[in-house]
Amino acid sequence: MEVLKLATAGSVDDGKSTLIGRLLYDTKSMTDDKLEAIERTSKQKGYDYLDFSLATDGLVAEREQGITIDVAHIYFSTPSKSYIIADTPGHVEYTRNMVTGASTSQASIILIDARKGVIEQTHRHFFINNLLRIKDVIVAINKMDLVDFSEETYNKIKADFEELMKKREYQDQTITFIPVSALKGDNVVNRSEHMSWYKGQTLLEHLEELDQKDIYNTGTPRFPVQYVIRPKTDDFHDFRGFSGKVYGGELSVGDEVIVLPSMTRSTIKDIYFYDKKYQTAPRRSSVTITLEDEVNVSRGDMLVKVGDLPTVDKQLTATISWMDGASFIPGGKYVLQHGVNKVLAKVDAIEHKINPDYSGIEENVSALQMNDIAKVRFRLNKPIFYDKFKNHRTNGSFILIDSRTNNTAGVGFIE
Amino acid sequence: MSTLTELIKKSDTLIGDERPSANALEHEAIYIIREVAAQFEKPVLLFSGGKDSITLVRLAQKAFWPAKIPFPLMHIDTGHNFPETIEFRDKLVEELGVELIVRNVQDSIDEGKVVEETGKYASRNMLQTTTLLDAIEEFKFDACIGGARRDEEKARAKERIFSVRDDFGQWDEKNQRPELFDMLNGEIEIGQNVRVFPISNWTELDVWSYIQKENIEIPSIYFAHKRNIFLRDGLIWSAEDEVVFRAEDEQVEERMVRFRTVGDMSCTAAVESYADTIDKVVAEIRDSRISERGARIDDKRSEAAMEKRKQQGYF
Repeated sequence: MEVLKLATAGSVDDGKSTLIGRLLYDTKSMTDDKLEAIERTSKQKGYDYLDFSLATDGLVAEREQGITIDVAHIYFSTPSKSYIIADTPGHVEYTRNMVTGASTSQASIILIDARKGVIEQTHRHFFINNLLRIKDVIVAINKMDLVDFSEETYNKIKADFEELMKKREYQDQTITFIPVSALKGDNVVNRSEHMSWYKGQTLLEHLEELDQKDIYNTGTPRFPVQYVIRPKTDDFHDFRGFSGKVYGGELSVGDEVIVLPSMTRSTIKDIYFYDKKYQTAPRRSSVTITLEDEVNVSRGDMLVKVGDLPTVDKQLTATISWMDGASFIPGGKYVLQHGVNKVLAKVDAIEHKINPDYSGIEENVSALQMNDIAKVRFRLNKPIFYDKFKNHRTNGSFILIDSRTNNTAGVGFIE
Repeated sequence: MSTLTELIKKSDTLIGDERPSANALEHEAIYIIREVAAQFEKPVLLFSGGKDSITLVRLAQKAFWPAKIPFPLMHIDTGHNFPETIEFRDKLVEELGVELIVRNVQDSIDEGKVVEETGKYASRNMLQTTTLLDAIEEFKFDACIGGARRDEEKARAKERIFSVRDDFGQWDEKNQRPELFDMLNGEIEIGQNVRVFPISNWTELDVWSYIQKENIEIPSIYFAHKRNIFLRDGLIWSAEDEVVFRAEDEQVEERMVRFRTVGDMSCTAAVESYADTIDKVVAEIRDSRISERGARIDDKRSEAAMEKRKQQGYF
């Protein structure tokens, strides 16, 4: 069954948890025991409606403060699709969680409170979705019940958002507006009886129709070698298989390939998945490949098709999103993990900081703090084999690890 | 040992379809398991004999074929297992030709490291943590692969795929490493270890559908069978072993039941069911209105039961 990974973004009290709860409830994905637990706790707290956030705010601190701190993953399915929602907190200080949630998602939902309209937070949410080049963005204008289901209010918010869209860098992003009331259930799964002026799809109808299959199929296959398989058994004495995941395109038996960084040329002999051979390894399949020639290949090397080389370089410029408590400074050294490959990186210069609310850039920045986004130049101790993020989602991104703490301190999108 | 002709014959039958399975979750899990083998020196797969860990074993086989799984399996034995699970475990390990390590909660009790719970709800589920942490230290394991899923419970929903634990095995839930794209950061200090959850994104139905499709053998208690049981708090408890405490006024009766999870017997209740084949089980799960952990008394102790256990090092 097709799996659709979705991220949600909204400010505090925009009703994000309620929307997710409504999706679960109306698709009958919430089991009776979980529903009873929500009913019990809602009643205990004296609420006169069901507080669905109780289902998703999994940590004690979250329930105490009534806010979402960390990304939670929620699962539901319809007869045609499995959905995974990365529920990301909307606070200013949690930009890192939004970037994280969006990085694994194919589509996203931005929530707007119909009473408040487009606010500064909305700019941030949209900026991050656009930075991460999420193909499908749904703008759910929520709490329509509190503005008398007014078409005028909806149109005003839509116009404001369209104004914001003019500033985006990634123009091919598809944006869909849906007026909803998560609390009352209007236009989430079931069509609203209060908004006959809205002729579009409900949220779920829209999600069901999204066809994500080929969006990231750039036709540029990259095969970073994860692990070399040498069974050394009597049956497979000379077997040397290179296992990994195929990104950006597909590879087939007979394809002529180049091994990076050695630049050795060979041909794909067999493609294995478990104990069977296949003709083609599709995008995102975890396979094991053998080559016609005896070639020296180890973890971190990459197979690419002849005539389709990535950039091989020891220097790069990237937009980074900084996620660590310790500040990021020019001259600082980090472990740069690009796919499964790790190299050392030195910060050459911070070119400028980018305000994630579309208010422009700041030059002459001496350091970056958590949640900052900036354009940065790096020098590496060894070349890596990369593409631009706009051309290749996986081969154009990396993470930065602080070797003092081993924490994942930031993420970069290569330009 | 195979002869050459046998080998050639074998490789002829090996040719599959044009493309391998389109199950994205399966490819994701295999990728994660390979990252563990590549990034860590001493990984181990935590094996309980339950369906999730059996699924993990199949995924690990797929990840490294034609080589053997390059790490041992470890069972933290509460001593309160369903006998069917242990028989199954031993058979599987023999077929795979991998090493099995067993560490017993009973030993931790005998050594005075933990105290057995008493009373109506006594369980050894909590006690497993101590035995697990001791075994990690004993073998210096730096990565423990487990079959936990995010859909099981809301604290689990916050768990990373590579989840770092400190020297005391503790989970710092408010300070977790962000996980971006497919990149898994397995860098740790000496003494720390990582819990790895390759099937994080699978649901209960995904696991059952996979078992069905792959035709994976599982212990018989997952299928409907006649069992002597008694009822307590609306849950069905096995009355066939001494392990589950039963008060004198709790009447034993025979019913058709099966187990949806196979944990420690003392905290795992059965469900009434006539699903005696894998197809019927999948159909039953698809229509179920009760979550899998609805029959686990360990989660009912409080709203934060799982989070608390995890902070202390529970798997």
